[in-house]
Amino acid sequence: MADEVKKTQVEDIDRSFYDFRYEVNASFQTDAGLTPEIVKQISEEKNDPEWMREFRLKSLEIYNRTPLPNWGPALDGLNMDGIVTYVRPNTEMQAKWADVPDDIKNTFERLGIPEAERASLAGVGAQYDSEVVYHNVKKEVLEQGVVYTDLESALKSDHAERIREHFMHLVPPTDHKFAALHGAVWSGGSYVYVPAGVSVEIPLQSYFRLNAPGAGQFEHTLIIVEEGAYLHFIEGCSAPKYNVANLHAGCVEIFVGKNARVRYSTIENWSKNMYNLNTKRAVCEAGGTIEWVSGSFGSHTSCLYPMSVLKGEGARMEFTGITFAGNGQDLDTGAQVIHAAPNTSSHIVTKSIAKDGGVSNFRSAVAVTRDAKNSKSAVSCESLMLDERSRSDTIPVMDIACDRVDVGHEAKIGRISEEAVYYLMSRGLTEEDARALIVGGFAEPIAKELPLEYAVEMNNLIHLEMQGSIG
Amino acid sequence: MSQALLNVRDLKVAVEEKTILDGLNLTVCPGEIHVLMGPNGAGKSTLAAAIMGDPRYTIEGGSIEFEGEDLTDKAADVRARKGIFLSFQAPQEIPGVSLESFLRTALGAVQGKQPKVMAFRRALAEKMELLNMDASYSERYLNVGFSGGEKKKAEILQLLTLQPKLAMLDETDSGLDVDAVKTVAEGIKAYHNENNALLIITHNAKILEGLDVNYVHVLDDHHIVHTGGPELVEQITAHGFAGLLKGADQNGG
Repeated sequence: MADEVKKTQVEDIDRSFYDFRYEVNASFQTDAGLTPEIVKQISEEKNDPEWMREFRLKSLEIYNRTPLPNWGPALDGLNMDGIVTYVRPNTEMQAKWADVPDDIKNTFERLGIPEAERASLAGVGAQYDSEVVYHNVKKEVLEQGVVYTDLESALKSDHAERIREHFMHLVPPTDHKFAALHGAVWSGGSYVYVPAGVSVEIPLQSYFRLNAPGAGQFEHTLIIVEEGAYLHFIEGCSAPKYNVANLHAGCVEIFVGKNARVRYSTIENWSKNMYNLNTKRAVCEAGGTIEWVSGSFGSHTSCLYPMSVLKGEGARMEFTGITFAGNGQDLDTGAQVIHAAPNTSSHIVTKSIAKDGGVSNFRSAVAVTRDAKNSKSAVSCESLMLDERSRSDTIPVMDIACDRVDVGHEAKIGRISEEAVYYLMSRGLTEEDARALIVGGFAEPIAKELPLEYAVEMNNLIHLEMQGSIG
Repeated sequence: MSQALLNVRDLKVAVEEKTILDGLNLTVCPGEIHVLMGPNGAGKSTLAAAIMGDPRYTIEGGSIEFEGEDLTDKAADVRARKGIFLSFQAPQEIPGVSLESFLRTALGAVQGKQPKVMAFRRALAEKMELLNMDASYSERYLNVGFSGGEKKKAEILQLLTLQPKLAMLDETDSGLDVDAVKTVAEGIKAYHNENNALLIITHNAKILEGLDVNYVHVLDDHHIVHTGGPELVEQITAHGFAGLLKGADQNGG
């Protein structure tokens, strides 16, 4: 994290921190399930332009004819007929927290968002169920020509044409079943535009909160960063626990211009009834850099493999990720990269932790096209299993069509060394603290890449997860 | 004689069902320095490990009392918080945990409250200077990539920070160059006072320079077979264990 940024604070995290919930107080919500009528209803409710309405209906067709993926975690618990795809919170989007209704404002207060905004963010967007309820950007940032708003407002602005040219071009609805679903029922999310040469020194942050039970959240984030510009975008997600399945099928598309740099940090801390089937993709023009920092802790099931397309010569990607799967969780995460131009480079470093029967699998896909000579790719994945019941696998795929490249893969799977535990105990630490310290140390190289409040949160989470783990 | 700090009575210790120690007795009082010598494989490290509470060793008989309290069945962390410390021959590497944050956590555990950050930092810097450790080591991951000598210095740094009542040093001098042995000896001298005690396992008289050794024990045949004064160190250094091993007079301290 940049030094000039004032550190924010997150106090006192435990699971109850996220588990509060308010009565659903929606101004409109669709029936459960998915029909053309429901999609039309959403489109009408959102006052879509005509092309978007058609796009939604076409996506629905694709959704209906596309089978579920035949690989990865089981999705049996997800009954689409039971998912409410659109829940409009009972408010318009506000630019002042004071104008946000109390139950919603209190939610974000408890999550520390307004405080973080005051301390260290250039702009904040907050989504509650299907719609963005708060959006505000610092004046200095706006004066540089930066646009940061919800996608619906942007669609009605002079950016409409630009959105039409980019929206779901990187992740088309034909990509997979949940991309099609997203195309049909997407709602909320963010639109960010950074003009050429502008460096947004302080991060922008969007926070997604799903409050309604049995609902889906399908926010769309579209980020366009022009030549030579810089942006750090942070995304946080959480939800209270319900005993029916919730679904998150968001989509993130990032366009990195020539010699531009984008850093995208995200912490997913959904409750353990959530299916998190999120699709993220970036394309980098010549000399552009995309940096992903990704932490996955929550959800019942996750499939998350951000892809970077290195389209221009000399484009770079870095991916730093950590996944922590506990009891009942199946977290399938990883990263994908396509080297499509000469002298491109990718560097993927991930750590995964599994405990209490949790499953944490890492998938990587590295493709190098014929044109990508002198490209480099390094993948390193380390797993730590905290007990006999937990599982962790590494599934690397490489597709190399060019012989002048340097591609490396390294995987390490291990357990906590009992000798290390004894060593720390001989210095006075309890067994629980000793184990938590070792796990925290394992995660540290990733934690230091996270925005500080998330690093603190991750550390607290590790300690929380380690409590009572000594049998 | 003041109250004993450590009282080991009739101790029997096995590892993987093989008896290493049997009928071992040892008493250490505050202010004393004990040296434990003996041939390789006699069980010197086993004794230190058993006193520290290494779970790989099974105590099959006898007892370990510390300040009058029976700790025979207690885990290593309880013993550490009572004031027992062991400088390991091969300290573990803990990636991702800086030496400084580890020491602060450990001191907090031993004292029962977290030390103040700035005061702790100052005190740590002083101790590192005494041990000729570069200041950058406090930010490095605990023992990761440390040379043999650096690891041993880091052990002595922990000793100086945690200020235990009983410090056991298991061949802390082995593999060190002459200057490093001198530095470690300085560290031990800085630690020792009339209220704490040392049990030093060594083959090397150098580390004892400048220390007032009270007792030298020779361990062989599962227990202590000979106990003498500091003159024994020179004798063993010059002539080996001849005449001191099994069959010789047994005189447990």
